[in-house]
Amino acid sequence: MELDNIEKLIAKYFEANTTVAEEELLKKYFAQGNVPEHLASYTPIFNYFAAAKQEQFDKEVVLESDASAKKMKFNYKWLSVAAVGLLFFGVYFGNTYFEQKEKERMATEYAYQETKKALDFLSENFNKGTEKVAYLNQFEKTKQKIYNNN
Amino acid sequence: MQQSEFLNVVMPFKDKLYRLAKRLLVSSEEAEDATQEILLKLWSKKKSMGTYKNVEAFAMTMTKNFCLDRLKSKQAGNLKLVHTNYQEKGSLLQNQIEAKDSISWVEKIMDELPEQQKMVLQLRDVEEYDFDEISEMLGMQPTAVRVALSRARKTVREKLVQKHSYGIG
Repeated sequence: MELDNIEKLIAKYFEANTTVAEEELLKKYFAQGNVPEHLASYTPIFNYFAAAKQEQFDKEVVLESDASAKKMKFNYKWLSVAAVGLLFFGVYFGNTYFEQKEKERMATEYAYQETKKALDFLSENFNKGTEKVAYLNQFEKTKQKIYNNN
Repeated sequence: MQQSEFLNVVMPFKDKLYRLAKRLLVSSEEAEDATQEILLKLWSKKKSMGTYKNVEAFAMTMTKNFCLDRLKSKQAGNLKLVHTNYQEKGSLLQNQIEAKDSISWVEKIMDELPEQQKMVLQLRDVEEYDFDEISEMLGMQPTAVRVALSRARKTVREKLVQKHSYGIG
């Protein structure tokens, strides 16, 4: 490669008018080492670019998080189905539970009424008893009167 | 799309993503994280991947956006690690040391460039994309890419000359 040409290319390079192929030529030229004094100051630029391209991403690529993302999506989908199922379940069994409670309540109500009736009956008869005892009181009074007169 | 198929698509340009990320984020750890993140994002979009006409350009754009976001967020502001871990194969030891010195200057100079110029220079001079591809990746007009590139190259040259004439920078 003629020096003249290289100089022209360098001038074009700094105006950003070179093509990729021409830049390749420049890089090769500066990489081979035999560079005249007045162009030597450009060497590090082109060498640096070549060196920078060697750097690699050598960490292992981990794509695991995809699986968890998929899982999450899956969960959400079935979560709504499960919720609806649970709702129906709740409504159905809640209803039977409510009915059962209602029945129980009626039964207790009935038992309460019956007990009350029985107790009322009992107290009625008691009252009859006390009425009779009232006669005895009268007897006592008369007896006292007779005692007092004597 | 199966995992192996995806890897086949992605593997050829994953290094490019990493290098762009590293150019912007400077620290290689952060760049690795960013690359990993981008690949995961791509993987999660694998279903629609067939519809993109250029997956590589799309991934590059993603990387660019991701890194710029990272830079904007405060958390990244505190993290900057020093890095000089590229290999250099070449001539004699003395030359090698000298060359390595000047080469790392170029890297430092590139770090000082504005983000846009950094990206243009990275995509063009390191990755050797043509202007149309770069303008697609960065969402810029091709002429704007050309201007930014020329500016970036000239800045690198100027600063390098400065360092040379001042001796050790």
